[in-house]
Amino acid sequence: MPGVALLVFREVLEAALIISIICAATRGVARRGLFVSIGVGIGIVGALLVAVGAGVIARLANGSGKEIFDAGALLSAVVMIGWHVLWMSKHGRELSQQMSAIGNAVRTGSSSLMLLLTVVALAVLREGSETVLFLYGMAVGGVGVPGLIGGITLGVGGGALLGLALYFGLLRVPMKIFFKVTNWMLVLLAAGLASTAARVLVQADLLPSWGTQLWNTSWLLSNGSLFGKTLGILVGYDASPAGIQIVFYAITLLLLGAGMQWLKTPSAPPTSARPTWDRSVQ
Amino acid sequence: MENRVLQLKFLLVIGIPSMLGLAGTAFAENLPEYTLVLKDHIYQPSEIKVPAGTKFKIILRNEDATAEEFESTDFSREKIVPPNSSVTVYVGPLNAGHYGFFGDFHQNTAKGRLIVE
Repeated sequence: MPGVALLVFREVLEAALIISIICAATRGVARRGLFVSIGVGIGIVGALLVAVGAGVIARLANGSGKEIFDAGALLSAVVMIGWHVLWMSKHGRELSQQMSAIGNAVRTGSSSLMLLLTVVALAVLREGSETVLFLYGMAVGGVGVPGLIGGITLGVGGGALLGLALYFGLLRVPMKIFFKVTNWMLVLLAAGLASTAARVLVQADLLPSWGTQLWNTSWLLSNGSLFGKTLGILVGYDASPAGIQIVFYAITLLLLGAGMQWLKTPSAPPTSARPTWDRSVQ
Repeated sequence: MENRVLQLKFLLVIGIPSMLGLAGTAFAENLPEYTLVLKDHIYQPSEIKVPAGTKFKIILRNEDATAEEFESTDFSREKIVPPNSSVTVYVGPLNAGHYGFFGDFHQNTAKGRLIVE
Protein backbone atom coordinates (compact mmCIF):
# COMPACT_ATOMS: atom_id res chain seq x y z
CA MET A 1 0.00 0.00 0.00
CA PRO A 2 2.76 2.58 0.71
CA GLY A 3 4.08 2.07 -2.81
CA VAL A 4 0.63 2.56 -4.29
CA ALA A 5 0.02 5.66 -2.19
CA LEU A 6 3.35 7.18 -3.15
CA LEU A 7 2.92 6.76 -6.88
CA VAL A 8 -0.69 7.94 -6.86
CA PHE A 9 0.40 10.94 -4.79
CA ARG A 10 3.09 11.92 -7.27
CA GLU A 11 0.71 11.65 -10.21
CA VAL A 12 -2.10 13.49 -8.43
CA LEU A 13 0.25 16.23 -7.27
CA GLU A 14 0.78 17.68 -10.74
CA ALA A 15 -2.90 17.85 -11.56
CA ALA A 16 -3.72 19.17 -8.07
CA LEU A 17 -1.22 22.03 -8.30
CA ILE A 18 -2.45 23.01 -11.75
CA ILE A 19 -6.08 22.93 -10.60
CA SER A 20 -5.21 25.06 -7.56
CA ILE A 21 -3.57 27.76 -9.63
CA ILE A 22 -6.50 27.75 -12.02
CA CYS A 23 -9.03 27.96 -9.20
CA ALA A 24 -7.14 30.88 -7.70
CA ALA A 25 -6.79 32.57 -11.08
CA THR A 26 -10.55 32.36 -11.67
CA ARG A 27 -11.41 33.62 -8.22
CA GLY A 28 -14.72 35.40 -8.24
CA VAL A 29 -15.82 33.94 -11.56
CA ALA A 30 -19.32 32.53 -11.34
CA ARG A 31 -19.75 28.76 -11.86
CA ARG A 32 -16.02 28.05 -11.91
CA GLY A 33 -16.44 25.21 -9.39
CA LEU A 34 -18.82 23.50 -11.77
CA PHE A 35 -16.48 23.96 -14.70
CA VAL A 36 -13.45 22.69 -12.81
CA SER A 37 -15.42 19.65 -11.59
CA ILE A 38 -16.56 18.85 -15.12
CA GLY A 39 -12.94 19.23 -16.24
CA VAL A 40 -11.81 16.72 -13.63
CA GLY A 41 -14.60 14.35 -14.64
CA ILE A 42 -13.76 14.52 -18.33
CA GLY A 43 -10.09 14.07 -17.44
CA ILE A 44 -10.79 10.88 -15.48
CA VAL A 45 -12.92 9.39 -18.24
CA GLY A 46 -10.26 10.37 -20.77
CA ALA A 47 -7.54 8.83 -18.61
CA LEU A 48 -9.39 5.51 -18.54
CA LEU A 49 -9.78 5.58 -22.32
CA VAL A 50 -6.11 6.46 -22.88
CA ALA A 51 -5.03 3.71 -20.49
CA VAL A 52 -7.16 1.13 -22.29
CA GLY A 53 -5.80 2.34 -25.64
CA ALA A 54 -2.20 2.65 -24.40
CA GLY A 55 -0.97 -0.16 -26.63
CA VAL A 56 -2.60 1.32 -29.71
CA ILE A 57 -1.38 4.86 -28.97
CA ALA A 58 2.16 3.61 -28.36
CA ARG A 59 2.30 1.96 -31.78
CA LEU A 60 1.08 5.03 -33.69
CA ALA A 61 3.53 7.16 -35.67
CA ASN A 62 6.29 4.54 -35.67
CA GLY A 63 6.23 4.23 -31.93
CA SER A 64 6.12 7.95 -31.17
CA GLY A 65 2.36 8.03 -30.67
CA LYS A 66 2.45 8.61 -26.93
CA GLU A 67 4.99 11.41 -27.19
CA ILE A 68 3.01 13.17 -29.91
CA PHE A 69 -0.15 12.76 -27.85
CA ASP A 70 1.49 14.11 -24.70
CA ALA A 71 3.17 17.00 -26.49
CA GLY A 72 -0.15 17.85 -28.14
CA ALA A 73 -1.91 17.87 -24.77
CA LEU A 74 0.84 19.97 -23.21
CA LEU A 75 1.02 22.52 -26.00
CA SER A 76 -2.78 22.82 -26.14
CA ALA A 77 -2.70 23.62 -22.44
CA VAL A 78 0.01 26.21 -23.09
CA VAL A 79 -2.08 27.92 -25.76
CA MET A 80 -5.20 27.92 -23.59
CA ILE A 81 -3.45 29.19 -20.50
CA GLY A 82 -1.84 31.86 -22.64
CA TRP A 83 -5.22 32.85 -24.00
CA HIS A 84 -6.63 33.22 -20.52
CA VAL A 85 -3.62 35.18 -19.29
CA LEU A 86 -3.96 37.67 -22.13
CA TRP A 87 -7.68 37.97 -21.51
CA MET A 88 -7.02 38.56 -17.82
CA SER A 89 -4.40 41.20 -18.39
CA LYS A 90 -7.10 43.14 -20.19
CA HIS A 91 -9.94 42.45 -17.75
CA GLY A 92 -8.13 41.74 -14.51
CA ARG A 93 -8.46 45.23 -13.16
CA GLU A 94 -12.21 45.35 -13.73
CA LEU A 95 -12.45 41.97 -12.08
CA SER A 96 -10.57 43.11 -8.96
CA GLN A 97 -12.62 46.28 -8.79
CA GLN A 98 -15.92 44.47 -9.15
CA MET A 99 -14.88 41.91 -6.60
CA SER A 100 -13.89 44.56 -4.08
CA ALA A 101 -17.16 46.32 -4.77
CA ILE A 102 -19.67 43.53 -4.67
CA GLY A 103 -17.71 40.91 -2.84
CA ASN A 104 -18.05 37.97 -5.14
CA ALA A 105 -19.38 36.22 -8.20
CA VAL A 106 -18.46 38.13 -11.28
CA ARG A 107 -19.98 36.95 -14.52
CA THR A 108 -17.22 36.79 -17.06
CA GLY A 109 -16.65 35.34 -20.44
CA SER A 110 -17.66 31.73 -20.51
CA SER A 111 -15.03 31.17 -23.19
CA SER A 112 -12.40 31.63 -20.52
CA LEU A 113 -14.13 29.03 -18.36
CA MET A 114 -14.24 26.55 -21.21
CA LEU A 115 -10.52 27.01 -21.74
CA LEU A 116 -9.81 26.40 -18.08
CA LEU A 117 -12.07 23.36 -18.07
CA THR A 118 -9.98 21.96 -20.91
CA VAL A 119 -6.69 22.70 -19.18
CA VAL A 120 -7.92 20.91 -16.05
CA ALA A 121 -9.17 17.97 -18.10
CA LEU A 122 -5.83 17.68 -19.94
CA ALA A 123 -3.85 17.78 -16.70
CA VAL A 124 -5.98 15.04 -15.14
CA LEU A 125 -5.88 13.04 -18.35
CA ARG A 126 -2.10 13.01 -18.68
CA GLU A 127 -1.36 12.06 -15.11
CA GLY A 128 -4.44 9.90 -14.72
CA SER A 129 -3.74 7.50 -17.57
CA GLU A 130 -0.41 6.53 -16.01
CA THR A 131 -2.07 6.04 -12.66
CA VAL A 132 -4.69 3.76 -14.22
CA LEU A 133 -2.01 1.61 -15.89
CA PHE A 134 -0.07 1.42 -12.65
CA LEU A 135 -3.11 0.49 -10.57
CA TYR A 136 -4.14 -2.14 -13.08
CA GLY A 137 -0.64 -3.63 -12.88
CA MET A 138 -0.80 -3.64 -9.10
CA ALA A 139 -4.19 -5.33 -9.14
CA VAL A 140 -2.91 -8.03 -11.51
CA GLY A 141 0.23 -8.33 -9.39
CA GLY A 142 -1.85 -9.31 -6.39
CA VAL A 143 -2.19 -6.12 -4.37
CA GLY A 144 -5.61 -6.65 -2.80
CA VAL A 145 -8.59 -4.35 -2.91
CA PRO A 146 -7.94 -2.90 0.56
CA GLY A 147 -4.36 -2.06 -0.42
CA LEU A 148 -5.49 -0.42 -3.64
CA ILE A 149 -8.28 1.58 -2.05
CA GLY A 150 -6.08 2.59 0.89
CA GLY A 151 -3.28 3.62 -1.46
CA ILE A 152 -5.57 5.60 -3.73
CA THR A 153 -7.18 7.33 -0.77
CA LEU A 154 -3.86 8.28 0.79
CA GLY A 155 -2.33 9.33 -2.52
CA VAL A 156 -5.25 11.39 -3.74
CA GLY A 157 -5.73 12.84 -0.26
CA GLY A 158 -2.09 13.84 0.03
CA GLY A 159 -2.01 15.43 -3.42
CA ALA A 160 -5.26 17.25 -2.78
CA LEU A 161 -3.96 18.55 0.56
CA LEU A 162 -0.92 20.10 -1.09
CA GLY A 163 -3.15 21.58 -3.77
CA LEU A 164 -5.46 23.06 -1.15
CA ALA A 165 -2.48 24.47 0.74
CA LEU A 166 -1.34 26.25 -2.40
CA TYR A 167 -4.86 27.51 -3.10
CA PHE A 168 -5.45 28.92 0.35
CA GLY A 169 -1.94 30.34 0.42
CA LEU A 170 -2.69 32.18 -2.80
CA LEU A 171 -5.97 33.53 -1.42
CA ARG A 172 -3.96 35.43 1.17
CA VAL A 173 -2.35 37.52 -1.53
CA PRO A 174 -3.80 41.06 -1.29
CA MET A 175 -6.59 41.71 -3.80
CA LYS A 176 -4.70 44.64 -5.27
CA ILE A 177 -2.03 42.42 -6.75
CA PHE A 178 -3.93 39.14 -6.64
CA PHE A 179 -4.59 38.65 -10.36
CA LYS A 180 -1.13 39.93 -11.20
CA VAL A 181 0.31 37.15 -9.06
CA THR A 182 -1.98 34.42 -10.38
CA ASN A 183 -1.42 35.61 -13.94
CA TRP A 184 2.34 35.33 -13.58
CA MET A 185 1.96 31.93 -11.98
CA LEU A 186 -0.03 30.86 -15.00
CA VAL A 187 2.67 32.22 -17.31
CA LEU A 188 5.37 30.25 -15.49
CA LEU A 189 3.17 27.17 -15.49
CA ALA A 190 2.66 27.50 -19.23
CA ALA A 191 6.38 28.01 -19.85
CA GLY A 192 7.14 24.87 -17.83
CA LEU A 193 4.57 22.86 -19.77
CA ALA A 194 6.10 24.07 -23.05
CA SER A 195 9.53 22.97 -21.82
CA THR A 196 8.14 19.54 -20.90
CA ALA A 197 6.57 19.25 -24.34
CA ALA A 198 10.00 19.91 -25.87
CA ARG A 199 11.58 17.23 -23.69
CA VAL A 200 8.96 14.70 -24.68
CA LEU A 201 9.51 15.41 -28.37
CA VAL A 202 13.29 15.12 -28.00
CA GLN A 203 12.77 11.76 -26.32
CA ALA A 204 10.98 10.55 -29.46
CA ASP A 205 13.62 12.16 -31.69
CA LEU A 206 11.02 14.48 -33.19
CA LEU A 207 12.94 17.59 -32.16
CA PRO A 208 16.66 18.23 -31.95
CA SER A 209 17.92 18.66 -28.40
CA TRP A 210 20.18 21.62 -29.17
CA GLY A 211 22.51 20.50 -26.45
CA THR A 212 21.74 18.06 -23.66
CA GLN A 213 22.86 18.67 -20.10
CA LEU A 214 23.56 22.36 -20.55
CA TRP A 215 23.98 22.38 -16.82
CA ASN A 216 23.20 19.97 -14.04
CA THR A 217 21.84 21.04 -10.68
CA SER A 218 20.77 17.54 -9.58
CA TRP A 219 23.23 17.78 -6.68
CA LEU A 220 21.28 20.77 -5.43
CA LEU A 221 17.73 19.77 -6.28
CA SER A 222 16.89 16.58 -8.13
CA ASN A 223 13.92 16.27 -10.48
CA GLY A 224 12.89 13.18 -8.54
CA SER A 225 12.61 14.88 -5.15
CA LEU A 226 9.26 16.17 -3.96
CA PHE A 227 10.42 19.77 -3.92
CA GLY A 228 12.13 19.41 -7.30
CA LYS A 229 8.98 17.94 -8.80
CA THR A 230 6.77 20.63 -7.27
CA LEU A 231 9.02 23.37 -8.62
CA GLY A 232 9.05 21.53 -11.93
CA ILE A 233 5.29 21.83 -12.16
CA LEU A 234 4.99 25.38 -10.82
CA VAL A 235 7.83 27.10 -12.63
CA GLY A 236 9.21 24.46 -14.98
CA TYR A 237 12.31 23.59 -12.96
CA ASP A 238 14.48 20.96 -14.64
CA ALA A 239 17.81 19.98 -13.08
CA SER A 240 19.41 19.20 -16.41
CA PRO A 241 17.48 20.69 -19.33
CA ALA A 242 18.16 20.33 -23.04
CA GLY A 243 18.77 23.49 -25.06
CA ILE A 244 15.48 23.19 -26.90
CA GLN A 245 13.59 23.12 -23.60
CA ILE A 246 15.08 26.46 -22.70
CA VAL A 247 14.07 27.81 -26.11
CA PHE A 248 10.47 26.65 -25.62
CA TYR A 249 10.43 28.03 -22.09
CA ALA A 250 11.85 31.39 -23.13
CA ILE A 251 9.56 31.80 -26.15
CA THR A 252 6.47 31.14 -24.03
CA LEU A 253 7.66 33.50 -21.33
CA LEU A 254 8.51 36.23 -23.83
CA LEU A 255 5.31 35.91 -25.86
CA LEU A 256 3.05 35.99 -22.82
CA GLY A 257 5.09 38.53 -20.87
CA ALA A 258 5.18 40.93 -23.81
CA GLY A 259 1.52 40.29 -24.59
CA MET A 260 0.50 41.08 -21.03
CA GLN A 261 2.41 44.34 -21.03
CA TRP A 262 0.96 45.28 -24.36
CA LEU A 263 -2.64 44.62 -23.35
CA LYS A 264 -2.39 45.93 -19.84
CA THR A 265 -5.35 48.10 -18.88
CA PRO A 266 -4.11 51.66 -18.39
CA SER A 267 -4.37 52.93 -14.84
CA ALA A 268 -6.95 55.59 -15.68
CA PRO A 269 -10.49 54.29 -15.10
CA PRO A 270 -11.71 52.92 -18.40
CA THR A 271 -14.35 54.94 -20.17
CA SER A 272 -16.01 52.75 -22.69
CA ALA A 273 -17.26 55.60 -24.86
CA ARG A 274 -13.81 56.57 -26.09
CA PRO A 275 -12.25 54.81 -29.03
CA THR A 276 -9.78 52.21 -27.85
CA TRP A 277 -6.87 53.64 -29.80
CA ASP A 278 -6.86 56.84 -27.75
CA ARG A 279 -6.02 55.01 -24.60
CA SER A 280 -3.44 52.69 -25.96
CA VAL A 281 -1.32 55.36 -27.63
CA GLN A 282 0.36 57.27 -24.89
CA MET B 1 -7.84 47.11 -27.58
CA GLU B 2 -9.97 44.37 -29.12
CA ASN B 3 -7.70 44.37 -32.16
CA ARG B 4 -4.73 43.85 -29.95
CA VAL B 5 -6.36 40.92 -28.24
CA LEU B 6 -7.10 39.35 -31.59
CA GLN B 7 -3.62 39.98 -32.92
CA LEU B 8 -2.04 38.54 -29.82
CA LYS B 9 -4.24 35.50 -29.75
CA PHE B 10 -3.38 34.96 -33.39
CA LEU B 11 0.30 35.25 -32.57
CA LEU B 12 -0.12 32.74 -29.77
CA VAL B 13 -1.90 30.21 -31.91
CA ILE B 14 0.67 30.57 -34.67
CA GLY B 15 3.71 31.08 -32.46
CA ILE B 16 3.59 28.04 -30.28
CA PRO B 17 2.96 25.38 -32.88
CA SER B 18 5.62 26.97 -35.05
CA MET B 19 8.13 26.28 -32.29
CA LEU B 20 7.61 22.69 -33.28
CA GLY B 21 8.75 23.34 -36.79
CA LEU B 22 11.83 25.23 -35.62
CA ALA B 23 14.45 22.85 -36.78
CA GLY B 24 12.69 20.12 -38.66
CA THR B 25 13.02 16.49 -37.74
CA ALA B 26 14.29 13.36 -39.37
CA PHE B 27 17.74 12.70 -38.07
CA ALA B 28 18.23 9.46 -36.14
CA GLU B 29 20.14 7.60 -38.84
CA ASN B 30 22.54 4.94 -37.63
CA LEU B 31 22.37 5.65 -33.96
CA PRO B 32 23.80 2.99 -31.65
CA GLU B 33 21.08 0.78 -30.22
CA TYR B 34 20.95 -0.90 -26.85
CA THR B 35 18.28 -3.43 -26.00
CA LEU B 36 16.78 -3.83 -22.57
CA VAL B 37 14.37 -6.58 -21.67
CA LEU B 38 11.94 -6.26 -18.81
CA LYS B 39 10.83 -9.57 -17.37
CA ASP B 40 9.30 -10.23 -13.97
CA HIS B 41 9.75 -6.50 -13.37
CA ILE B 42 13.55 -6.76 -13.65
CA TYR B 43 15.72 -5.08 -16.29
CA GLN B 44 18.09 -7.34 -18.19
CA PRO B 45 20.85 -6.35 -18.42
CA SER B 46 20.81 -4.09 -15.42
CA GLU B 47 23.82 -2.15 -16.66
CA ILE B 48 24.49 -0.80 -20.13
CA LYS B 49 27.80 0.70 -21.20
CA VAL B 50 27.47 3.55 -23.67
CA PRO B 51 30.02 5.95 -25.12
CA ALA B 52 30.09 9.51 -23.80
CA GLY B 53 29.08 12.35 -26.09
CA THR B 54 27.01 10.17 -28.41
CA LYS B 55 23.29 10.10 -28.92
CA PHE B 56 21.84 6.60 -28.80
CA LYS B 57 18.60 4.75 -28.49
CA ILE B 58 17.35 2.28 -25.95
CA ILE B 59 14.94 -0.33 -27.20
CA LEU B 60 12.98 -1.64 -24.29
CA ARG B 61 10.96 -4.81 -24.60
CA ASN B 62 8.43 -5.46 -21.89
CA GLU B 63 7.77 -9.19 -21.59
CA ASP B 64 5.52 -8.80 -18.58
CA ALA B 65 1.77 -8.94 -18.68
CA THR B 66 1.35 -5.42 -17.31
CA ALA B 67 2.56 -1.98 -18.33
CA GLU B 68 5.69 -0.38 -16.95
CA GLU B 69 7.00 3.15 -17.06
CA PHE B 70 10.65 3.33 -18.01
CA GLU B 71 11.97 6.32 -16.12
CA SER B 72 15.16 8.13 -15.26
CA THR B 73 15.44 11.34 -13.32
CA ASP B 74 19.20 11.32 -14.01
CA PHE B 75 18.80 11.64 -17.77
CA SER B 76 15.19 12.91 -17.75
CA ARG B 77 13.24 10.28 -19.58
CA GLU B 78 9.92 8.61 -18.94
CA LYS B 79 7.98 6.40 -21.23
CA ILE B 80 5.13 3.96 -20.77
CA VAL B 81 5.87 0.48 -22.10
CA PRO B 82 2.66 -1.47 -22.71
CA PRO B 83 2.65 -5.19 -21.87
CA ASN B 84 4.32 -7.52 -24.37
CA SER B 85 5.59 -4.74 -26.58
CA SER B 86 8.68 -2.68 -27.37
CA VAL B 87 9.32 1.03 -27.24
CA THR B 88 12.26 3.18 -28.29
CA VAL B 89 13.66 5.99 -26.19
CA TYR B 90 16.29 8.38 -27.54
CA VAL B 91 18.91 9.44 -25.02
CA GLY B 92 21.93 11.70 -24.90
CA PRO B 93 24.54 12.69 -25.81
CA LEU B 94 25.54 12.34 -22.16
CA ASN B 95 28.66 13.28 -20.25
CA ALA B 96 30.67 10.46 -18.69
CA GLY B 97 29.23 9.17 -15.47
CA HIS B 98 26.66 6.82 -13.98
CA TYR B 99 22.97 7.38 -14.63
CA GLY B 100 20.30 5.38 -12.88
CA PHE B 101 17.01 4.33 -14.43
CA PHE B 102 14.08 2.44 -12.99
CA GLY B 103 10.60 1.17 -13.62
CA ASP B 104 8.29 3.67 -12.03
CA PHE B 105 5.64 1.04 -11.37
CA HIS B 106 8.00 -1.47 -9.74
CA GLN B 107 10.74 0.58 -8.18
CA ASN B 108 11.86 -2.14 -5.80
CA THR B 109 12.88 -4.56 -8.51
CA ALA B 110 13.11 -2.71 -11.82
CA LYS B 111 16.41 -0.91 -11.42
CA GLY B 112 19.38 -0.37 -13.67
CA ARG B 113 22.01 2.13 -14.73
CA LEU B 114 23.82 3.49 -17.70
CA ILE B 115 27.58 3.60 -17.50
CA VAL B 116 28.67 6.37 -19.81
CA GLU B 117 32.39 6.44 -20.53
